[in-house]
Amino acid sequence: MIARARFPSWMRRALVLAAVFAVLQMPADAAREDALAVDLSEDLVGISTGFTGADVLLFGATEGVGDVIVVVRSPSSSVVVRRKERIAGVWVNAHGLVFNDAPGFYHVAASKPLDALLSEAARAAHQIGVDNIAFRPHEFVSAEDENAFREALVRNKQRSGLYTTAPGTVSFLGSRLFRTRVALPANVPTGNYDVTVLLVADGEIIERSSSVLDVRKVGLEAKITEFAFQQAPLYGAIAVVIALIAGWFAGFVFRKV
Amino acid sequence: MSIYLPIAEMSVDVFLVLLMGGGVGFLSGLFGVGGGFLMTPLLIFIGISPAVAVATEANQIVAASVSGVLAHTRRRNVDFKMGIILMIGGFAGSGVGVWIFTLLRNIGQVDLLVQLSYVAFLGIVGSLMLFESVRAIFRHRSGVASRGKLHQHTWLHGLPFKMRFRRSRLYISAILPLGIGFFVGILAAIMGVGGGFLMVPAMIYLLGMPASVVVGTSLFQIIFVTANVTLLQAINNHSVDVVLALLLLTGAVIGAQLGTKVSGKLRGEELRGLLALMVLGVCAKIGIDLVAKPEDLYSISETPGFGL
Repeated sequence: MIARARFPSWMRRALVLAAVFAVLQMPADAAREDALAVDLSEDLVGISTGFTGADVLLFGATEGVGDVIVVVRSPSSSVVVRRKERIAGVWVNAHGLVFNDAPGFYHVAASKPLDALLSEAARAAHQIGVDNIAFRPHEFVSAEDENAFREALVRNKQRSGLYTTAPGTVSFLGSRLFRTRVALPANVPTGNYDVTVLLVADGEIIERSSSVLDVRKVGLEAKITEFAFQQAPLYGAIAVVIALIAGWFAGFVFRKV
Repeated sequence: MSIYLPIAEMSVDVFLVLLMGGGVGFLSGLFGVGGGFLMTPLLIFIGISPAVAVATEANQIVAASVSGVLAHTRRRNVDFKMGIILMIGGFAGSGVGVWIFTLLRNIGQVDLLVQLSYVAFLGIVGSLMLFESVRAIFRHRSGVASRGKLHQHTWLHGLPFKMRFRRSRLYISAILPLGIGFFVGILAAIMGVGGGFLMVPAMIYLLGMPASVVVGTSLFQIIFVTANVTLLQAINNHSVDVVLALLLLTGAVIGAQLGTKVSGKLRGEELRGLLALMVLGVCAKIGIDLVAKPEDLYSISETPGFGL
């Protein structure tokens, strides 16, 4: 039931070897078009009853020498950031700012520190790193306020383990094969995640590859959620009946004791 | 052992949740309060979103109350007639309360209102109960059986639509319990609780019901109020997590039975004194949170407009 990608090491090695052969057997011109080959240990992370988080192994091969940046982001939604202020001795949510386009989960990994790979402008342009996610504020506020709210959003997401930065965790085996482990915590949002791998050399992005990672509830978890949303009145009624029966049953059992 | 909650969308430790349910269930059986004012903050503390915590808690209280009412019924400690009249008032009140809640949410600042009403009502109710019960305990100890007048007549007794409540040994106007049910219903909806901690003192001090029937009767009407809330929350917000509710209520029904057993061994004023201390404790905690500087001045939430 646990959707944890714990591959035995022999299997992991076999997968990497398969990737090596795939790259080696490519004709020279095809390889130039496809300077980056990437795959995930799984396309679907199923959230079931025992889900406590999952590790997805990302591996691939590069054509030519370079460094690799991996960005994993879940679908975006709007998030409210509120700031408390002391009014009459009491801390009150005084100001709020809504940001659109905030990914629920964001993970960046690279083979070297990010600032050693790309210029700040390039990182901002490609939304690489938690400080470069392009949140759109819903209303106009001063740049100073906007920055404070933006930082607070990232800080809160980092605290709950949903925005992570892991430079140096993309490891190369030789000069062309790489792999990294993407850890999804137990509170990950569901949806189709976008997994982008960038091949970087001399401060330039040479090649990019995108794949999709589907994170969704499966089995009983999926059925309960579907039921709760699609047949809400019946779901509510059943929840009440379960509570009534459980209460009655306990009363019954305890009378016998 | 952990389990993933489908609606709360997080994984929790099974034993921790069972223990929480058991502890709060014990208190609910002991005092006749639903325990929502304790459990909701606890659930939020372990990381469950306020929306899911409030809705699922209502569902759990249904089970705990049924279990408690059954135990009290066997001791003939439930005034069903009184309970039904309180419930009718409560339904009307919670309708008005939900309306006020929505109105205030649209203006903003509903969080503050909820917290302030917790501090205000828990504080007032807790202090009054503590004061009264301590006085009663001392009077009992000193042995001065100053019974006072058996029956104090006030303007309240002049109201029309008088009804006889045999179990409560009362002959009072039906407007009184209807009004109390209505008022408690409003506050319960705004504060997201069953309202037992308001109902119990109101029944004792305003209606003058004998302490023995107060707990069972309060639990009886809480069943209906929280069942109504569960249904409304499931339909409007899809925020009832049955898996979480099942875990909580498994602990709670057992706890409630034990609590009821212990409640029979304690004297009425001792029970009220303990409940008062607990109410004041929660009041102080929320009050301190309001005044103390938060660790991070900024907070985030997914759904704009909602908060507790």
